Amino acid sequence: MAKWRRNITPYLFISPFFIGYAIFFLYPVLWALYLSFFQQVGIGSQPKFVGLANYINLFSDNQFLKALGNTTYYAAGSIFLIVPVALVLALVLFMRNLHGREFFRLFFFSPNITAGVVVGIIFTLVFSADYGLINNYLLKPLGLPAIRWLQEPVWIMPAIIILGLWRYTGINALYFMAGLQNISEEVREAAVIDGANRWQVFRYITLPLLRPTLVFVLTFAIIGSYNLFAEPAILVGAQGGPNNAGLFMTMYLYLTGFRFLKFGYAAAIGYALAVIIIVLTVIQLRLLGVFRED
Amino acid sequence: MTPATLVPTQPSVRRHSGRARRWLERILIYAALLFSVLLVGMPFIYMITGSFKFNSEIFSYPLTILPNTPTFDNYVRLLNGSEIPYVRQFGNSLYVATMQTMLTLLVASMVGWGFAKYEFKGKKILFLVLLATLAFPFQVTLVPLFLMMVRIGWLDTYWAIIIPGAVSAFGAFFMRQSMLAVPNELIDAARIDGASDWGIFWRIGLPLSRGALSVLAVLVFLGSWNDYLWPLIVLRTTEKFTYPVGLATLIGLYKVEYGMILAGAFLATLPILILFLLGRNMLLSNLTVGAIKG
Repeated sequence: MAKWRRNITPYLFISPFFIGYAIFFLYPVLWALYLSFFQQVGIGSQPKFVGLANYINLFSDNQFLKALGNTTYYAAGSIFLIVPVALVLALVLFMRNLHGREFFRLFFFSPNITAGVVVGIIFTLVFSADYGLINNYLLKPLGLPAIRWLQEPVWIMPAIIILGLWRYTGINALYFMAGLQNISEEVREAAVIDGANRWQVFRYITLPLLRPTLVFVLTFAIIGSYNLFAEPAILVGAQGGPNNAGLFMTMYLYLTGFRFLKFGYAAAIGYALAVIIIVLTVIQLRLLGVFRED
Repeated sequence: MTPATLVPTQPSVRRHSGRARRWLERILIYAALLFSVLLVGMPFIYMITGSFKFNSEIFSYPLTILPNTPTFDNYVRLLNGSEIPYVRQFGNSLYVATMQTMLTLLVASMVGWGFAKYEFKGKKILFLVLLATLAFPFQVTLVPLFLMMVRIGWLDTYWAIIIPGAVSAFGAFFMRQSMLAVPNELIDAARIDGASDWGIFWRIGLPLSRGALSVLAVLVFLGSWNDYLWPLIVLRTTEKFTYPVGLATLIGLYKVEYGMILAGAFLATLPILILFLLGRNMLLSNLTVGAIKG
């Protein structure tokens, strides 16, 4: 009896999680796969088997391709603008004898914990063409013409990337600072003694040693762009604004599944999204040499 | 923290000009930091001051930072529910976030304890399953989970948010990592004294993991408080909306009530601000745990 109880105890501890996991995660994941081979529109309608048709249709679905393009655009902005800026910020905040380090760390992080809806609300005013902060306080003093950020399709993605820069630089800088803390100072000092200049120390010592952090940050930058929903939905509407210029993947899934109630098709979008994220992550890990033996 | 030196030692001949250059550099860095603080802080300030302006002032030239004619009108009409039942929706958010936090903490610490302190058949594979879930895009489950909520009658109830939300793979992983540190000697001693497995978990495991529990509590609460997409999908009646869904409906109104929207956004940010300031140290130092090991 006592032995039986001892054997069952660990399972009792893990069972609430795994029961919930099976019901609210595993089952829906499998159901979504099943559903993606069916056509079902509306609650209670009879699902009709269509094989791979949902997946095939994605390739000729202009809105899906638009959302894919926009999401990729934002991901590129994230990788080539937000992450480098965060790295620079981290290096600056890591400098010796910097006054107010804690304040800056906290302050730059604060946009990250603000609700997406609130951020969308604030940035509607930031980007307003006539009464916006950017046009009136940044562009006008420089003598630049006002930009219709949220009305002109070409400016919508830059606007959302600026929003992303505001929102995600701080947290990424925190990750980089944590990574910097793990690099022993002796290594860098040794390089300096050997006559390396600052750029060389950064390029050949700091950056390679920062690789694990870089992998983590870049992976989350990509996943984050596929998760983006509240900010663009508030800024330009769930349809993505004029010409769907601000339509992101999760928004398109939301529209398809919950506005148009095309459940089968939305399930296929979900799986397409999962495959894309997994493939991108693997490619990225490979490029950064995570799988390399060293 | 040990700030590293990025500044190479200058040869003694160039010491003088080197020092001047370093001074100039420091000044430039502080100037850039302060300018960034302004850029990051401005949208927040504009939200707060805008909530004390009449709509006519928000949308007029020239832009003002401080209100010309400060007014509480936005707050009064927001709180007495002239457009949306804001107080009710704020309370709903508070209820949902609190319940979800408590339930997640319980489930996550139980499964974390099971993985950290017991050996059992299938432990390895179950843990791998858990890790794989961390990287899996949640969007896949949206449609089937919604259909499930419809089927079991949880649509338009808080169960639909709280219960699936309590199954957090991240929380489980996080608690397991920190519960590994609970000394086994204490557990053995308690067992010899005749404590039950549950008693050991409740009286030793949980109290010794207070730090991790509070970090997880803050993270889960923030996530739940700020969430928009899932509540938007499952909540249907205005009185049951959480505040992000409620505020979003204000945006779509035919009559632009931007001052009121800003007031609602500001009030909703206050709890986060308080939580953030109270828990900033443990939050900032624990947030990056995953990054270093990742």
